[in-house]
Amino acid sequence: MALDPALTGRVFAPTAPYTVSREKIREFAEATRSALFGDGDVAPLTFPIVVAFQAMAEFLAQPGVGIELRHVVHGDQRFEQSRPVRAGDTLTGTLQIDSLRAAAGMDMIGTRTEILSVEGEHVCTAYATLVHRAGGA
Amino acid sequence: MSWDVGHEFEPQSYAVTRADLIRYAGASGDFNPIHWSDRVATSVGLPGVVAHGMYTLALVGQALVAWVGDPARVESFGARFTKPVVVPDDDEGTWVDVSGRVTGVEDGLASVELTVTNAGTKVLGMTKATVRC
Repeated sequence: MALDPALTGRVFAPTAPYTVSREKIREFAEATRSALFGDGDVAPLTFPIVVAFQAMAEFLAQPGVGIELRHVVHGDQRFEQSRPVRAGDTLTGTLQIDSLRAAAGMDMIGTRTEILSVEGEHVCTAYATLVHRAGGA
Repeated sequence: MSWDVGHEFEPQSYAVTRADLIRYAGASGDFNPIHWSDRVATSVGLPGVVAHGMYTLALVGQALVAWVGDPARVESFGARFTKPVVVPDDDEGTWVDVSGRVTGVEDGLASVELTVTNAGTKVLGMTKATVRC
């Protein structure tokens, strides 16, 4: 199923507010062999993917998109951070489709997720290319 | 800390086992079965269970923090996921090695280029970071 080119530029609704706990930071740090900072209040650098991944999963499940995660490969990922995530932050992710390209039976979906605190402070922008094998569901 | 162009950081090496991937799935919320089920991984053409690209990038993040000391100094970082890191179902797992060097310094920002390999094969492309120095 080819994706609708009209998706380019579309901005999806923000994810539900996610409150970052010290326990979640510790769990993420232990899984990734990451050092803890600030008494465990400062999250590892890739922690914003928790919010960005939720935004991507919601996009893939959209009516008219309907892509199964197992048919998706992560093509690239980049973060631009204003500051690290800290325990006590409540964050939302707003995903926008930057580009859509079909090549060699693949859909290349360029996404950007703006991660803000509920107070409106910019924490991080996560850029990801999702590669969908168009032969799959 | 040396921010001279050409400075090479101390290479970092990380073990990756199946148990790490299970932990990471829970910690990150990414339960894509290609990261824990050989059956699903092989059904989509992979040689077996592969690490989350974001697991490998998390190791890059940890290497950067080991080098620069404070995560707040990292302004941006990212990579292309060019080759899968296949993680065998045994007790040893596999290894990811991360090296990096300063390629430029301008306006208080250092550009760092990283090389990320698994068993001697480059697994990430265009692995770059910008760090406040």
